[in-house]
Amino acid sequence: MSSKLAFPLGVAAMLLSTSPFAGPREDLLAQYATAARAEAPAFSGFSSARGEAFHTRKFSGGKPDSPACTSCHGDSPRSAGRTLTGKSIDPVAVSAAPRRYTDPAKVEKWFKRNCNEVLGRACTAQEKGDWLSFMISQ
Amino acid sequence: MNIPYRPLTLTLVGLAFSAIVLQRVEAGGDDYFPPVIDPVVKEECGSCHLAFAPSMLPARSWKRMMADLKNHFGDDASVDAATAARISAYLTTNAADTGGKRYSSKLLRGIAPNSAPLRITELPRWVDKHREVPNWEWKHKDVRSKANCVACHTGAEQGFYEDD
Ligand code: HEC
Ligand code: HEC
Ligand code: HEC
Repeated sequence: MSSKLAFPLGVAAMLLSTSPFAGPREDLLAQYATAARAEAPAFSGFSSARGEAFHTRKFSGGKPDSPACTSCHGDSPRSAGRTLTGKSIDPVAVSAAPRRYTDPAKVEKWFKRNCNEVLGRACTAQEKGDWLSFMISQ
Repeated sequence: MNIPYRPLTLTLVGLAFSAIVLQRVEAGGDDYFPPVIDPVVKEECGSCHLAFAPSMLPARSWKRMMADLKNHFGDDASVDAATAARISAYLTTNAADTGGKRYSSKLLRGIAPNSAPLRITELPRWVDKHREVPNWEWKHKDVRSKANCVACHTGAEQGFYEDD
């Protein structure tokens, strides 16, 4: 009985949270925008230029072996990267890897891991949105 | 115009490869460890490094590792509970002392039955097999970590570790 009810409710919730024409990437950006506004009321949108600067910047708060996103993802987002243990990573630019960022749970999982790895803290919604905008523009 | 020949060459190499491997497996060789085929395990345990073959560690080691993925060799490899249960079941079912036994017996030599080593690269048998690898080779920029099996064993993703 309760499981019969839960299914249509779940579908309804999904439909409500998703505008008809937006894909999963746009949804994700919209979510980050909402969160960014909550973090800083002065929020004025995402910038792929800021995302690019973030992607290549060397931080000192994380692990010494991986100071930047480029430490594993490589200098060009359109080329394959490589982890510290030698595993190759598909490009992170959407033009080179069209299936990227369509699974929100996967995106969040790796933001959590990699931001901690590189910055030694979680990324802000602004940083995530900027970075994602850069990758979508690439 | 030599592109069309490439697949043929690869197929021939592949055939030769599997023939050799079959031979060795039948002879009880210690250089074939069936690769992970479960897609979830491949995705969750094969993105930072090679998805290590379950038959390289005993079930108790996999259980111990799966119990603390948050502190996984300095990384956070944690997954949700349902995914962890599925991965755990796969690894322990195909472990060196369970389903993967026929491939692995020698790797467990010298390990106390009550110890649960987390590193393949610290198993006495593994260390022994690699004792002749010179220091500079481990430090080479294309290797960097002992866990980077693929750097030296180009067939590792397919389960092959024969010497070159
Ligand atoms: C230590 C290596 C490493 C570093 C450093 C790193 N990443 Fe990653 N990243 C990975 C791996 C491994 C994956 C998963 C493999 C894949 O998706 O192809 C991944 C995947 C991702 C994903 C998910 C992609 C998807 O398809 O959903 C995002 C988002 C991401 N990384 C963002 C970042 C950001 C932002 C930084 C810098 C703050 C960063 N990464 C730094 C290794 C790294
Ligand atoms: C976020 C990245 C990441 C993920 C995801 C991950 N690992 Fe690891 N793993 C590492 C790192 C880093 C090491 C240490 C590598 C080194 O010594 O260079 C490691 C080492 C290992 C080792 C020991 C290798 C040796 O030295 O013999 C095993 C076994 C292992 N991982 C299994 C797993 C399993 C099983 C999973 C899936 C549940 C998993 N890993 C997921 C990062 C990861
Ligand atoms: C720096 C290069 C290098 C790396 C990295 C490396 N190996 Fe090896 N491995 C070798 C060499 C060389 C041999 C052959 C030693 C011999 O037979 O005398 C060998 C032998 C082996 C053997 C025995 C094969 C046989 O025919 O008996 C196994 C199994 C093996 N390696 C597994 C691994 C695994 C698993 C990893 C990663 C966790 C790994 N190796 C990483 C170089 C390497």
